Amino acid sequence: MRLSDWLVLPEILPLMLSGLKVTVTITFFSVFTGLLIGTIVGLARLSRNRLLYILTTIYVEVIRGTPLMVQLFMTYYALPEIGIHLPPMIAGWVTFSVNSGAYVSEVVRAGIQSIDKGQMEAARSLGMSWGQSMRYVVLPQAFRNIMPPLGNEFIMLLKDSSLMSVIAVPEVMRYAGLMVGRKGGYALPIYATSGLLYLMLTLPLSMVVRRAERRLAKGD
Amino acid sequence: MIELNNVHKYFDQLHVLKGVTNRVHRGEVVVIIGPSGSGKSTLLRCINYLEEPTEGEIRVDGVKLNHSGTNINRVRQDVGMVFQSFNLFPHMSVTDNITLAPKKVRGVAEAEAKETALELLAKVGLSDKATAYPRQLSGGQQQRVAIARALAMRPRVLLFDEPTSALDPEMIGEVLDVMKALADDGMTMIVVSHEMGFAREVGDRVLFMDEGQIVEEGCPEELFSRPQNPRTQAFLSKIL
Ligand SMILES: Nc1ncnc2c1ncn2[C@@H]1O[C@H](COP(=O)(O)OP(=O)(O)OP(=O)(O)O)[C@@H](O)[C@H]1O
Ligand SMILES: [Mg+2]
Repeated sequence: MRLSDWLVLPEILPLMLSGLKVTVTITFFSVFTGLLIGTIVGLARLSRNRLLYILTTIYVEVIRGTPLMVQLFMTYYALPEIGIHLPPMIAGWVTFSVNSGAYVSEVVRAGIQSIDKGQMEAARSLGMSWGQSMRYVVLPQAFRNIMPPLGNEFIMLLKDSSLMSVIAVPEVMRYAGLMVGRKGGYALPIYATSGLLYLMLTLPLSMVVRRAERRLAKGD
Repeated sequence: MIELNNVHKYFDQLHVLKGVTNRVHRGEVVVIIGPSGSGKSTLLRCINYLEEPTEGEIRVDGVKLNHSGTNINRVRQDVGMVFQSFNLFPHMSVTDNITLAPKKVRGVAEAEAKETALELLAKVGLSDKATAYPRQLSGGQQQRVAIARALAMRPRVLLFDEPTSALDPEMIGEVLDVMKALADDGMTMIVVSHEMGFAREVGDRVLFMDEGQIVEEGCPEELFSRPQNPRTQAFLSKIL
């Protein structure tokens, strides 16, 4: 490796940054849908409805027990065999949302269970429905408590989104791989730059998470 | 206005309420006493359906609670509850605690709900705490907010489950004073409490519960000074 290899940087950076845009966008959307799925499934897993409980438990166990890579290939390569063709970005988004939803649902469930039963009872005793009590009383407190694990989930997704390069989503690692191939070398500057780009995002995020944890521990 | 007819409650095998029958009239203040585990809380919780009675009938203003056609959220608007542990909503200001249910359940407008909240806070002596958060309040103050919150729904009856037993002794008085004022206003109240002074002063009737049954009842003076049932006598001799 020669120091002059790094002179490739100005050439690759624009592409890497456009990859970063895709990484951030797709992670952001996946987190959002994952949160939505996770909340609904988390509530369902607390429900007294047996069928709902069993179905959501199967979902959570299957997703958590299989590699994300397998899930990604199922969506992108297997679904077409039953007539469902998704473009790479959509396949990535769907897979990551469904995957994240399973993890988030466990976090949400624990968050709800951590709220004193008296909160739900007080709300119900005022005539609020179960849904209203959840929405205005229990969930706001639960979500406040689970901000740190949700933040960590966000960080995980951000990093794991690099897996989408294998289904040709034009994100950071996809460009990195393409460029190393095309130039026949420069692996060190290119992959190091990729790593730094992720770090630029994850470091501030984990600092925020750490701060939230400390604030919660202090209890205010 | 509240009728209990042969109410039974099981928790799995555990038979907690064993045929409770009673009537509470409008404006009456009923105090329930009894040893720990006798089912006092369970009975109160059945009255606003936080627990479902296994058997028997509970009617509030003639509306049968354990009946599939009954809108339980509607009934609960008329049956307020004050808990031993206050259960204020910690993520909301005092005012928001009080206005939440009127706004969401009764559809009261924000301004009107706020105005009512301030009136109620004045009533419980906490006008200066409208913007405070529960954690900034003492136990006695929190319980008074909880009472104001229950009152905001304009209930016809208020249930109190040991409202002062989580409080430091010097704060018990301020909560009891609020409850006395409510009783004087004619509020129907069912109070689980071992505050004998309160029972004597504002109670119209005292029920003694033991092992899931109402063993004895009477006006406070009678029951405290001349208990008939040996179990009542034994219990009173321990706490008086
Ligand atoms: N949700 C529940 N599941 C199982 N058992 C319960 C439940 N709630 C109450 N019990 C049991 O029912 C019995 C009566 O309880 P309850 O709380 O009504 O008594 P209490 O008279 O209010 O007692 P205390 O004075 O200690 O508050 C107790 O043996 C209690 O353990
Ligand atoms: Mg009790």
